[in-house]
Parts: sequence; structure tokens; C-alpha cells
Amino acid sequence: MSGDEPQMEQVALRPDLPPWQQPDSVGIVQTRFFTFAQPPDEMPLDSGAKLGPITLAYETYGQLDARRRNAVLICHALSGDAHVAGYHSPEDRKPGWWDAMVGPGKAFDTRRYFVICANCIGGCKGSTGPSSINPATGRRYARSFPVVTMADMVRAQKALIDHLGITKLLTVVGGSMGGMQVLEWAIQYPDRVWTAIPIATTPRLTAQGIAFNVVGRQAILDDPNYRGGDYYDSEPPTRGLAIARMLGHITYLSDESMHQKFGRQLRDKDDYSYEFDVDFEVESYLKYQGQSFVERFDANSYLYITRAMDYFDLAARHGSVAAAFRNVQARFLVIAFSSDWLYPPYQSRQIVSALRANRIHFAYYEIPSNYGHDAFLLEKERISRVIEDFLALNYARALAEEGR
Amino acid sequence: MPANATAPRLRADLLEIASLIEPGTRVLDLGCGEGELMAHLERTKAVVARGIEIKPERVVDCVAKGLSILQADIEDGLQDCEDGSFDYVVLSLTLHLVSRPGLVVREMLRVGRRGIVSIPNFGYWRIRLGLLLRGRVPRAGYYKEPWYTTPRGHVMTLNDFRDFCAENAINIEQQRVVAAGGGLSMALARALPNSFAQLGIYVLSRNSASPSPARRA
Repeated sequence: MSGDEPQMEQVALRPDLPPWQQPDSVGIVQTRFFTFAQPPDEMPLDSGAKLGPITLAYETYGQLDARRRNAVLICHALSGDAHVAGYHSPEDRKPGWWDAMVGPGKAFDTRRYFVICANCIGGCKGSTGPSSINPATGRRYARSFPVVTMADMVRAQKALIDHLGITKLLTVVGGSMGGMQVLEWAIQYPDRVWTAIPIATTPRLTAQGIAFNVVGRQAILDDPNYRGGDYYDSEPPTRGLAIARMLGHITYLSDESMHQKFGRQLRDKDDYSYEFDVDFEVESYLKYQGQSFVERFDANSYLYITRAMDYFDLAARHGSVAAAFRNVQARFLVIAFSSDWLYPPYQSRQIVSALRANRIHFAYYEIPSNYGHDAFLLEKERISRVIEDFLALNYARALAEEGR
Repeated sequence: MPANATAPRLRADLLEIASLIEPGTRVLDLGCGEGELMAHLERTKAVVARGIEIKPERVVDCVAKGLSILQADIEDGLQDCEDGSFDYVVLSLTLHLVSRPGLVVREMLRVGRRGIVSIPNFGYWRIRLGLLLRGRVPRAGYYKEPWYTTPRGHVMTLNDFRDFCAENAINIEQQRVVAAGGGLSMALARALPNSFAQLGIYVLSRNSASPSPARRA
């Protein structure tokens, strides 16, 4: 197995040190904030509405090199945030959501690359979204927040990249919804990205994908605590949001991975309860996922972000998927997972077909995995290995290019 | 340009195939493995190379060489390729392993102006002799492994392949042969390929009056 091979320039771990002091950790990090689109220069949205001022919460790791050619933008998925790697404090129990990939000696080696991640607009982790205060009214936006699209999210990220003084990104990378943003970047700003790494994603959300979003949203909208979205001063619609999350988690796993992880195992008991409390391990897992999610996520953000995913359709906007990629210059590394049924490999192959039709340099790598859609967070070794090589070669290419 | 400047030695049949390819062309390598041929062509002939390979580990090797690679089965990996989008489509020592060789060659010649195919020769004299004298398929030439550990697939001689081309209106533009063992065996292989060549390499094109589709905007 390739995963057992030592990584290049691997960093030796120190069992005597706490996680945040490990040599392969970016350590203690801070979320920063960038505000732009101040009225009257609000950012126009796909819907025709305008949004401003916009604040983006973001984190960076590593150093920008002298020629600013080592910048890596990571786009997070539905429930992710700007906190990709490291710890906010020594007391933090968990590191950032893609810590396995970002740090000294890891795939996105912070000794070499400057890594950036921003919370998407519409989100609830520090960037402007429905739970933010609307400065015009002094109250939270709630449902008066305009519906945003993937393209809008990327336009906001572009403002941040400009602000950081980066003319061209070495790569834009992301899985799932993050992968949609990767595609948007390569299409909207062809001369601003050297490479793109969309993982477990699609050029257009399918009816099945929309259907799961619909049920998740309906659970929230039907929660009596939802109150038309104005729940910020009362009990939030946690039951609806928890159900939405439980459903989401089912779609992130696979038949095989559920079988391996839970089987029909009972939870702390030897026999059925012949009641409706938690009997099965899988029941307990989903309940736990639902409960822990409501503590960290805003129900309105869930509605807005899933809506943005529903609207994602490169074919509709450009005439065809192939036409969408007409002006793309980036080299692509497209990664899919064999057991992913939320964004099955055939959808990544649609991206690849469009790249091929436009004679764009690409690699398509389908990782055999039982983890389902979650593989993009779990298949660390395989993803790391291919990305390491891809980035190293393209960084050399970027450095070899003339100009500043 | 791949950053990796070391040039490993290419397998004999791949070197022979490389010598058949014009510089500056577009090449699709089916079942490209670790991408040795593609890397060689990009390095020495300024070729735009694209590969298709089914094994995930080999795809990673290709990425590490900076190659453009599609992980797919070659029997359906050509579906979305436009007609005439390549100058050459290469299929090296794989045709005898696919389940529908006729379809694969037809697809190669749809997608490419020319196909380059290398095949193992079951008519090689040591195989013939071993079969005759010992009554067993000998392990000679390309057929080194026992039948039960290797996906031997279809068994054909170079003449069988020529017949196939004739019956399917496929034009053989060139034939090259590979035989191990120095000058004499190469001379014999050239004189009597069906008996003395271990491998045959063929440059194919469609044998039709229709104009070449390669020159498009």
C-alpha cells in the first residue's frame, strides 16, 4: 500500500509534546477578518441583490514567498470553516478540519506553501451571513439576507486574495462544496490560478443532491422554533437542524462503511429495548452528530448554503459543462472516490470530459475507498501523496514562469 | 517540462514505438502504465501526451511525472474523445488483453489519425516448437509466466493480426519487429516476422477514401 511509504521530508513526531506543539502542526493559529464592499460599493450578487459591507473570516499558515507564487487557497465544504489546521488555544481538543493535510511535512507543507482558507459568505463562522448584524438596521439579517451562489462566494474570496496581494494562486483546492468553488475559481478567474484540485465534487448538483438538501431544509423550516428565521432571541430550531445533519451524515457514508463502522451492533445493551430510545450504534452515532452540530452551526446558514449548492449548475450558466471551461488555463488534478454516492465518480468524469474537450492538462485519479463521500476527509495518505507530487511539480513550473 | 530530469531507459518496444512518432504531435497512450513512453516523448519530441490507465497506483506515478492522465478502462475511456483529436493513439502490449479488440482498434482510429499497436507474437518459433515437442504452451518470448498467473487474453500470431486488419479495412502503414538476442535474431525476425519476431509493432490508419479528420480548427 502506498500509504505505508514514508512521505518526503517527513517530520518526526514528539510523543512528549502536546498536539499543538507537534513538529508537524501549524500550532496555535488565529482567525483574522477582512471587511470590504462598504456601501455604496456593495458587491453585486447573482440574484441581482447587493451585499455590503462583507466580512470574511480567514486563516493563513506558512509564509508567502518573495515572488508570491506559493499561495494555496483551500475552499471548505458545507459545514466547514476557515479553521483548517492547528489549534486556537492549547486547550482545544480538536485541530482544524483538514489538519491532516496542512502543516510542516504534510501535503500542503507550510514550510513551502502559504495556505489560506476563508469562511464562505452565508456561513456562520465569522463571515457575513444570515446570523450577522445588518449595519443598516442594527439587527441580524436572518431571512433578509440575500440568497448567494457559489460564484458569489468565490467573488468574495477573490477580494480577499487581492487584499493579500496575491496575483496568482498556485492552487485552489477543495472537496464537495469546496470543489464547486474550485471550479468557479478556474472558470471566473482563469489567469489567477495555476492549478485546480477539485475533490469529490460535481459540475452541477444532481436531482438526488438537491433532494437531500430539500429534506434537510424542510426539517428546519418545519421546526416550530424556526419562526420564519427570526429565532436569534429565542430557542433556535435545533431539532430541525439536527435532523438535517443526521440526513447529511447518511449521505457522507456508504453501505460498506456503515456496515464496517456499526453493523447491527447495539449500543450499551444486549437486547432490543422494545421501545424507541437508542438501540443501535448507528442510531447513537447519528444522534450524536445531529446534537453536536446544532451547537456549532446556524440553521439559517444551513438553508442559505444548501441553496447555493442547489443552484450550482455550470451547464445551465454557460450552455454546457464543456463551454464553461472554454477559457480555463489552470492544470487540473481531479480526485473522486469509488464509493461516493453523493458525488459519484461519474460526476467528476463530467468535469474531466469538459477539460479534455478544451484540451486542458488534467489528471483524473479515482481512489478506491469504502468511506463514501467522507473519504475526502479520511483517505489522507492517498490524497496527500498525489497532491504532494502535483504541487511540487507545478510550484517549479510557476517559479520558472517569467514576470512578477 | 517535468522537473525530473533523469531519463530512465525505455523498454525496447517502447523505444521502437517512440521512433515512429513525429515530433510536435498529439499522442494518446492507452494503458500507459507509469507513463514512461509519454514522459520520453514529451522530453525528446515536444509531444503533447495524454494517457489512460486503469490502475490507481500507476495514475499517481504519472502525476508525479507531471503527465496528463485519465484513470479509466480503455474500453470505455475513449467515449468522450472527439474524432481525430490525436495524431497517434498508442496501445502497447494490451490489445490481446482487452475483451473486444476489434472495437478498441476502431475507437483508436476514430480518435486518432494513426494507431500504433504492439502485440506479442504467438507464432514465435520457440512457442511453436515447444508446443509441438512438449505439448505444452512454452514460456518463451513474451509468454514468460504460466497461463494461470497471467491475463494472457487472446492468442494470435502476427499473421492473424494482419488478417484482422485486412478484414476490417485497416491499413498497415508500417511494421516493426522486436526480437531478443542480437543481430542474427533481429535479421531473422525482419525476414520472417511471423516465425522469428517476439513482438510486432504496427502503424495503422483507416483504409478509406474519407479525408483525414485531424486538421480542425
